[in-house]
Amino acid sequence: MPRAFTPKVVTANALLEGDVIYQTVSGWSRNLEEAEVLTDEADADLRLIDASQQQELVVGVYLADVDISGAAPKPTHFREDFRARGPSNYAHGKQEVKAHV
Amino acid sequence: MYNYTDFDTAFIKERNAQFRSQVERRIDGSLTEDEFKPLRLMNGLYLQLHAYMLRVAIPYGTLNSRQMHVLADIADKWDKGYGHFTTRQNIQYNWPELRDVPDMLDALGEVQMHAIQTSGNTIRNVTADHFAGAAADEIADPRPVAELIRQWSTDHPEFQFLPRKFKVAVTGSQNDRAVTKAHDIGLRMVERDGATGFEVIVGGGLGRTPMIGKVLRDFLPREDLLPYLEAIVSVYNLLGRRDNKYKARIKITVHENGLEDFGARVEERFALIRPQFGGVDQQMLAGIESDFAAPEFRSAATQDYEDARQHYPAFRSWADTNLSEHRAPGYAIVTISLKAHGATPGDATSAQMRLMADLAKRYGHDELRISHEQNVILPHVHKNDLPSIYSALRAAGLGTANIGLISDIIACPGMDYCALATARSIPIAQEIATRFDELKIEHDVGPLKIKISGCINACGHHHVGHIGILGLDRAGVESYQITLGGDGTENAAIGERAGPGFSADDIIPAIERLVMAYLDLRSEPAETFLDTYRRLGLAPFKAALYPEARANAA
Repeated sequence: MPRAFTPKVVTANALLEGDVIYQTVSGWSRNLEEAEVLTDEADADLRLIDASQQQELVVGVYLADVDISGAAPKPTHFREDFRARGPSNYAHGKQEVKAHV
Repeated sequence: MYNYTDFDTAFIKERNAQFRSQVERRIDGSLTEDEFKPLRLMNGLYLQLHAYMLRVAIPYGTLNSRQMHVLADIADKWDKGYGHFTTRQNIQYNWPELRDVPDMLDALGEVQMHAIQTSGNTIRNVTADHFAGAAADEIADPRPVAELIRQWSTDHPEFQFLPRKFKVAVTGSQNDRAVTKAHDIGLRMVERDGATGFEVIVGGGLGRTPMIGKVLRDFLPREDLLPYLEAIVSVYNLLGRRDNKYKARIKITVHENGLEDFGARVEERFALIRPQFGGVDQQMLAGIESDFAAPEFRSAATQDYEDARQHYPAFRSWADTNLSEHRAPGYAIVTISLKAHGATPGDATSAQMRLMADLAKRYGHDELRISHEQNVILPHVHKNDLPSIYSALRAAGLGTANIGLISDIIACPGMDYCALATARSIPIAQEIATRFDELKIEHDVGPLKIKISGCINACGHHHVGHIGILGLDRAGVESYQITLGGDGTENAAIGERAGPGFSADDIIPAIERLVMAYLDLRSEPAETFLDTYRRLGLAPFKAALYPEARANAA
């Protein structure tokens, strides 16, 4: 029996800065909270293809699992948690950006 | 130090201009990422977890104060004000932006530095003993040889697409501080009948299949070095597995073919190509050697040093731990710890880099070294200057007296930065150092090397740690496996796996139980952790690590 499709977001790194980014309904965001959550496998495949074609903007596109039990999507694996949060030794990643918002 | 020739300068300039054009074409869409990726990797530019990472070569870990100043300037101008010194004697910048990298490379080129062959399946930055040219136990300075190998291997047309990356280390001392037995080729300078030559070790390496290198030649004459190296790499290039990247390193080639067969092929190839090396390489080596002439050491009393030792316990503690024996009377080798308790191993801020550069300029004959243990060395310091140096280091957060102790931990960047990692390394190192600082037993424990890798590739050298820690992903949770009894010296050994892994929360208490067990088990305070382990074996340490297993068995 095929495995049930679990909710996902399209993620990548920004070409110019290398930042972790997420595909939104209308573009890309640095915040996972703003990502478009994909619950249908066919939709996810299409969005992945669309994102992969945006080579002028992004690098290394893939689908990442998210937990949608709360108000905003959250990572289900620690690697994605670190990508969404930034490194743990300095506030030099997303922590720094969020501190200046 | 080696000084670039006009050829070197022009070569770097041309190469940087090529890369600038490649970056521009990637940004304007003329190059796809698939086309661009191998080009950026050839120039040391990776894409990591949160950002790009530029890996800059510090050949054989040697640099001068001007170069260190430029490394600091780059950190301020194009990164986040710090750099990370690695176990390959490189420096990595963790936050560059793509369009800035050509400017960073140009700035490096201005001070005779580059990022070529710090990535890719090629001969990587050649490493060497970080005490080279200064150590009291040295037979000969290995750096001219390392520089010759660097020149020979840089852009060598035959060796740009090897089956896998290829690492060479050189030492000129009997006490191996360059981990030569864990390199694809390790070279140990040895003497026979008054002549200096090399013991050639091949097929060592860590990673998922750790192996200690095997001696291919116990004495290779100096003049045969380059043709012999070329023969080894040629044979590997031909025989090395390209069907499976996990079996592609030369250690597997030697293992699968056998040392005898591999050696016979090398000798055959060597005989064929030896006549092509008509002595030009030796002329070049002689020229390079003159660049590495020892500085003029001064002859002076060391009374200020002795007085400081007597009156200032903190200075004495630092001197006892962070100094090594220099070959010149009245001099010392200073190891500056980049392992302040709770800090990220190997990181230095731009201000710290500038301070170390200024100290080298003022007191250290303008020389600095980077060690594979992620510390910075001032190789030539007169002992009377040590109190001033210590005072300046301490004020800058660089005065930690812990070289060779439990908090002097090698840690790879792990999953905090590295795209390949399966768990974090840095927080584990930070917590261990902090914990043992709180316990105030670090100096009582004595020499003990903890090495942490965030994945099986073993950049943190965990296999040769007295206590090795390997971070893994176990069903979506960070898990840490312990190995014991590893050794990266001339008595190199691969550590033995102790048992099941520990969670991130449990690993620090486990290390504490291990160290406390050692304190109970050692025959006398002078018996090191490694000696105790070798005397007693794994069992008592395993019992300390897994007390519940002992309870269940009872």
